[in-house]
Formats: sequence, C-alpha cells, structure tokens
Amino acid sequence: MLSFDIFLQPEIFLLWTSFLKTAVLVGVVLTMVAYSVWAERKVSAFIQDRVGPNRVGWAGLLQPLVDGVKLVLKENFVPSGVNKFFFSLAPALAFVPALLVLAVLPFGSSLFGVPMVIANLNTGILWVFAVSSLGVYGIVLAGWSSNSKYPFLGSIRSSSQMISYEIALGLSVIPIFLITGTLNLGEIVQYQTLHGWMVFPMGMSGFNLQRLLLWIPMLISFLVFLIAMFAETNRLPFDLPEAEQELVGGYHTEYSSMRFAMFFLGEYAAMIAGAGVIVTLFLGGWSLPFVPDGSQGWLWGVVNIATFFAKVAAIIFFFLWIRWTLPRFRFDQLMKLGWYVFFEVALVNIFLTAAILLYFRS
Amino acid sequence: MARPVQRPKLSLLERSYLPAIFGGLLVTIRHFKDMIFGKTQVTMEYPEQNWNDDLPDWYRGAPTLVKDEHGRERCVACQLCEFICPPRAITIKPGEISKDSKWAKVEKFPEQFEIDMARCIYCGLCQEVCPEQAIFLRKDYSITGETRESLVHDKKKLYELGGVMTGLVHKWDEKK
Ligand code: SF4
Ligand code: SF4
Repeated sequence: MLSFDIFLQPEIFLLWTSFLKTAVLVGVVLTMVAYSVWAERKVSAFIQDRVGPNRVGWAGLLQPLVDGVKLVLKENFVPSGVNKFFFSLAPALAFVPALLVLAVLPFGSSLFGVPMVIANLNTGILWVFAVSSLGVYGIVLAGWSSNSKYPFLGSIRSSSQMISYEIALGLSVIPIFLITGTLNLGEIVQYQTLHGWMVFPMGMSGFNLQRLLLWIPMLISFLVFLIAMFAETNRLPFDLPEAEQELVGGYHTEYSSMRFAMFFLGEYAAMIAGAGVIVTLFLGGWSLPFVPDGSQGWLWGVVNIATFFAKVAAIIFFFLWIRWTLPRFRFDQLMKLGWYVFFEVALVNIFLTAAILLYFRS
Repeated sequence: MARPVQRPKLSLLERSYLPAIFGGLLVTIRHFKDMIFGKTQVTMEYPEQNWNDDLPDWYRGAPTLVKDEHGRERCVACQLCEFICPPRAITIKPGEISKDSKWAKVEKFPEQFEIDMARCIYCGLCQEVCPEQAIFLRKDYSITGETRESLVHDKKKLYELGGVMTGLVHKWDEKK
C-alpha cells in the first residue's frame, strides 16, 4: 500500500506545490496575455468610436484563439542574410524574461497554508530588475540579426531607451526599501497590509503624521516608476523600438508566424509582469482593506488572488488607456526626460524619504 | 522671407505635460464611456444590416440589359456603349435578325454581350449613350466571384439582373 505521506515531507511538498503553482500561474498569465490583446483591440476600438473584434464568439471573445491558429499556420519565413542562430534566439529572449519575473511576485496570500508565491527570494525586486532588463537583449538581437535597416534602427532605439529609463526605474523604488527595510516582495506586501498601501496609506491602522509625510515621496516614486515601467515594457508613449509608423514595426519587422507571436506574447507578458510589480510595490499587492488573508480560510486566499489579478487588470487597462491617448516621444526627448528629469527627481526623492525617516526616528 | 514664429510661453506646470496628459485621458475615456453605454453612433454592420431596401431608384449599380413589354430584347447591337465605355468593359458580337422574323425591321441583335465587372467603373455612360434605352445601371452592387471569369456577366446573366423595363421608347412598334 503506497502511502501519501511522502508528499507531505517538507522538501517533496515544496517541490510539487511549486510545480503546481508554476503551471497554474503560467496558464493564467498566458490566458491573460491572450485577453489583454483582445482588450487592447477592444479598448482602442471603443476609444476611437469603433466596434472592434465582434465576429468570433460573443463580442469577439474567441478572437485570440483564432489569431493564435492563424499565426501558427503561417509560414515561418527566414529572410536571406540573417544570422540564423540569433534570429531564432531573439524571440525566446524577449518572451522568457517576462515570465521569469512572475516567479517572485506574491500573487496571493496563502492557500491551504501554501504561500502564493513561486520563489520567495530575499532579493525579490533585484531579481525583477535583473531579469526584466534581459528582455532588451531579445529586441537588440532581433534588430541586429535581421540584417535590415528598420529592425536595426528599432534595436538602437531600444538600447538608447534602456540607458535612459533603467536608472530612474531602479532609483524610484529605493524609498520603498528605506521605509520597509526589506527587498523581499512578500514582506513589502505584508508591510502594506499593516500600514496601508504605499500610494494610499489611509483606511488602515497606524495612520499618523509620519505616514502622511511619507505619502509625498511615495507618490513621486509611484509616478516615476510608472512612467519608467511604460518605457520598460515598450508601451506607448515610449514604444520607440516598435514605432509602426516610422519603423514598420521596428525590431520584429522581419519576423513572421510563431516567432513574431513570441515577440507579441512577450510584449504583453512583460506588460502583465510590469503591472504585477507596480501592484506589488505600490498598490498593496493582494491586500484589500478589511479583507483577511489566507490564514483565515481558503476562501479568503482565493479572494486575495482574485484581488491581485483584478488590480493587475486595472493597471493594464490604464496602460491601454494611455496608449490610445498619448503620441510617441522622440528618442532624444525620452533621453532628456530620463536623464534631466526622472533621474534627479528619483535621487532627490530618496533623500527626502531618508530625511523624513530620520526626523521621526530621532 | 523667414517669418519668426512667436512660441507660446508655457508655465512650469504646462511644461511638465501633466495637465495636457490628464486632459487627453479625459477625452479618450469619455469616448470609451459613450461607446460602452451605447451613446456613440457606430458604423453599419454591413453583411447583417444593409441599405438594400433604401436604395434610390437612380442608384448606379451593376449595368444590366433590359427587355421591353413584349419580352423582346431592346439592344440593337449598335455598339455605342462598347465604344464609350471608358475601361472597355463591354464586348459585343452583333448578329443579324433573320428576314422572316417579326422584328426584321430591327436588323441587328447582340449575339454575345459581355460586361466584365472586374473592369466596370459604374460610370453610367453606357446607359446614357444607348439610343434604345436597353442598358441600365440597376441596384446590384455586391458583385463578387472567385475567379476573373466568373466576374464577366454574359448576356443571360445581364438579362437576369435587368428584367423588364416598360414604357420608354416604342420606335420599333409596328404602327410607328
Ligand atoms: S457603367 Fe461605365 S464602365 Fe460600366 S459598363 Fe457602363 S460604360 Fe462601361
Ligand atoms: S446596349 Fe444600347 S448602346 Fe449598347 S449596343 Fe445595345 S443598343 Fe447599342
């Protein structure tokens, strides 16, 4: 008689729950990717007074499926003169980092005592930055190996874009670590459940003058981080590497079929991961005021997970909304903005936070 | 001569882009909201909805051939339409009406009459030029086919689309 106790031994338990969580999370996120493409088309249509996809399924809800089939069936064309190895590697490099970021995001409190995060790293946010900037390599390699001018221009823009926003991106979150004293994303969320969300510190216990003063640098951080995130995920107004109008699609001009789909999925997966990071750092992660966490019963655990994804969906809507409102920046404007404005603002913000913390400590 | 353009003086707040961005966001969300609540008038969903019932009588759809009240074809194969057609969509092969026919007086009829709908530009010149009022642009506008050949309307098809048109010229009637 085989005993199931073996599955409850700590190491084995960790192993199979991790596998399960990974599989479910990747499944959920890929579905979200498909439907954010649908949402993008629908939202853009509505904003422009059009109808949007409405032929396949109710309100076009099966459209992503049909698009997927179409992309798979298309010819996977490799133009002559490309560097085949890098040409094939680039789509994967653009897609995988976006999914890896998800590993450290706490997407729920706990379910049956299992923490709802795949890897509870103590260096959580550093992992996010390290991995998500790898995505740029996918774009640069794609542009370089395509042996064609528009992709090449796209990848040049991508690298110039990266050096202008990454510093602001990194600096803008330092105030959070000053306040919470940890890099672990799970603990940052825990802190926010106790002290209120970073950008909305009301409505919970422990509200005082210090929280009110800290609210100012938090809002600045949030703004800078949000804008840098637009650049990180190549969304308008910072989608310079793609620039359909000037660069005919930029780095993925020469790609077709599944390779193109990988870029496409990668872009939206990065958007979801980025939204997840924003939610985790600034919007309280899975927490809602007055909603207990998963230790109070599995139902609350499910509610927490749903909360997280609802917040992510709201941020994604905001991304789409911005995209169909603002025109694209020129890349010198972006560099100016990154180096002259956000870098300084983020730097001053750190000192501001530190000063407030110091004042209240003494 | 170069004309200096006075650039508007922007306040610090305006130069931060933020008010403009906020205003833009309000505009787009208003359109989104109006669409959600069905306040926006959108385009007609074509294959399901169409104008077919409201087309005016003078609508210039596909050119067709018509018969008169005797069921006789009106076209006398004068080929004027063939010559005036700007994209040369019409091809006519005239034939002779036999001497013992009731309509021998008419002398000619089109043995073949083809209009290439892939060429036709719906200009209506054929209708205008026809001395017999035999060719009319009717209301069919959705002409589709899977091959080029299937878009060439032959005589049979043209009469099918055209039908009968009464009460116009009567110059071939016996009494006239
Ligand atoms: S409508 Fe114009 S283009 Fe068409 S067949 Fe008549 S003359 Fe030719
Ligand atoms: S349709 Fe009219 S213009 Fe054309 S050949 Fe016949 S009679 Fe002449």
